[in-house]
Amino acid sequence: MDEATTSPQALADALERTGYLPDEGLATAAFLALRMHRPLFLEGDAGVGKTSLASALAEVLDAPLVRLQCYEGIDAAQALYDWDFPRQVLHLRAAEGRDPDELERSLYDRRFLVARPILQAIEQAPCVLLVDEIDRADDEFEAFLLEVLADNAVTIPEIGTIRAETPPLVVLTSNRTREVHDALKRRCFYHWLAHPSYEREVAILQRRLPEVAERLARDVARVTARLREADLLKPPGVAESLDWALALHLLGARYLDADNAAATLGAVLKYHEDAVRARETVLAELTG
Amino acid sequence: MTAATLGIVLGFARTLRHAGVPATPDRVQAMVTALDHLDVASPVDTYWAGRLTLCGDPADIARYDAAFAAYFGRVPIVRPPRVVTRLRAVPLEADEDEGTGEGGDAQLVGRASRQEVLRHRDLAALSAAERDEVRRMLALLAPRVGRRRTRRYGRARNGRVDLERTVRGMLRQGGEPTRLAHRARRRKPRRLVVLADVSGSMEPYADALLRFAHAAVRAAPFNTEVFTLGTRLTRITRELRARDPDVALRAAAAAIPDWSGGTRLGDALKVFLDQWGQRGVARGAVVVLCSDGWERGDPTQLGAQVERLARLAHAVVWVNPHKGKPGYQPITGGMVAALPHIDQLIAGHSLAALERLVQIIAEA
Repeated sequence: MDEATTSPQALADALERTGYLPDEGLATAAFLALRMHRPLFLEGDAGVGKTSLASALAEVLDAPLVRLQCYEGIDAAQALYDWDFPRQVLHLRAAEGRDPDELERSLYDRRFLVARPILQAIEQAPCVLLVDEIDRADDEFEAFLLEVLADNAVTIPEIGTIRAETPPLVVLTSNRTREVHDALKRRCFYHWLAHPSYEREVAILQRRLPEVAERLARDVARVTARLREADLLKPPGVAESLDWALALHLLGARYLDADNAAATLGAVLKYHEDAVRARETVLAELTG
Repeated sequence: MTAATLGIVLGFARTLRHAGVPATPDRVQAMVTALDHLDVASPVDTYWAGRLTLCGDPADIARYDAAFAAYFGRVPIVRPPRVVTRLRAVPLEADEDEGTGEGGDAQLVGRASRQEVLRHRDLAALSAAERDEVRRMLALLAPRVGRRRTRRYGRARNGRVDLERTVRGMLRQGGEPTRLAHRARRRKPRRLVVLADVSGSMEPYADALLRFAHAAVRAAPFNTEVFTLGTRLTRITRELRARDPDVALRAAAAAIPDWSGGTRLGDALKVFLDQWGQRGVARGAVVVLCSDGWERGDPTQLGAQVERLARLAHAVVWVNPHKGKPGYQPITGGMVAALPHIDQLIAGHSLAALERLVQIIAEA
């Protein structure tokens, strides 16, 4: 862990060893987030590798990854902690007749507490806490998250304050379905994750799918880059190009042609309109 | 960090603020600390230290690059991310052929200028007494949207048994079952999205419609989004959050570069759907589209985009000021293409018509 955090380049090399190829900006962002104990806020199109960065970082740091998937209406009981009520009742029934004060104290013991992701992260620290798709949660949840991130501690009225000795590395991701409040962004390093360049995408494909022929990896990266510029409803991300390359490889393809591209198009394009458009434009060039 | 370097950073932050990126003191502080961990002498490190701390939005990045180039000479990264241009308001250039001509009211088409009129409209010029009265009444409207069921539960008087709260009640009673607590799905208001056409032909109504949008934003600031469509797409939600309607409209007018220009409704709607709508803003929302349907582009494009919008949204209400006129028929090319996909077509020419709109939104 120590060696990887000496410079952005060292961190980039360490990430590369896990199979994640960051660009300069992302490596600098992750490096600073680690050194300054500030959350990393990642925005970008779906499938550019926001979530997988968190698991790669966990691997580099040799720390557990705790994931909090946000959704509409998520609240503290899902994110922080909850009491295990049925177990408390069982305990109460089993211990009937004892001193009521002692009984009450024993009722709010740590063992009846169900730790949800944020509490888990604070208890397990050092670790990587991934707050995925924060834009899906409500504004009120952001305010609550801000509070927890500010002091790396959770206060449970019945037990007391649980504080992380080393703050967890927090990675927040957003797909921009909603504008996240400035107050939250201000406390983070903000990084916009763009689609990778052609060379980097080829490198990612070869790194993640070493079994795929080099010619096929280059073809897939080239056509995917063209598709991203073809004004589609949902431009393909790296996740899609990986899927596509693997699908083609499983069909025994060594390079991309109009036939195998058409047969596997469902791996890259997820809208009917996009598929029609791609067949007329980008894929038509393959035959020509 | 030396005082000289600090001076350079502070000077850069000032340049950045002039370029429109909100480089607040705490952000600048973060940049200074970040530079302590990096190499101050390296342009690349300086670039990233600033970009990661001072920017907070994809739109900021283009401005940041411009300010960085102006202050330090050049942007030291090889390939500035292409996506930045995609997320800015995209200018839609006018095509060269003549207007589509369907049902052409020469006077109105004439007013929709071919060139994008990049001028800032002075709202203070509208000062007639009735207009003030209407404005005061518009400010009193509070458009609120109907509610939808969420997947979260809340307390209820009847419905499914809430195990958790029942057990919690039992704990207080020493483990004796006392009363059953119930729960039911919570309900939340739907999002309201107002898309206002601000082209030349809509000019007489744009002020009132934007005031209506302001009233909606004031009623539910975080559940309402307002965009203007013209030759560009502009998001004015933030500007409209100001409490005072006149302040809000002044800010909005300053933000809209294409006030009273031409219309490329289908293209502007496509930009909205690509950048905002499909990502979530239009999903399950009640969408109010204010336009007269004078489409200078291809009406089939408009039809396709309205169809796409209708698939994403809960309801699409089209407000057409001309509908209030006697003998109006929706025969313009744009209207004909859009009509099959919209849920309601209503007039928006008078205060009474806008009050009717409030009612329709609430029931949608």
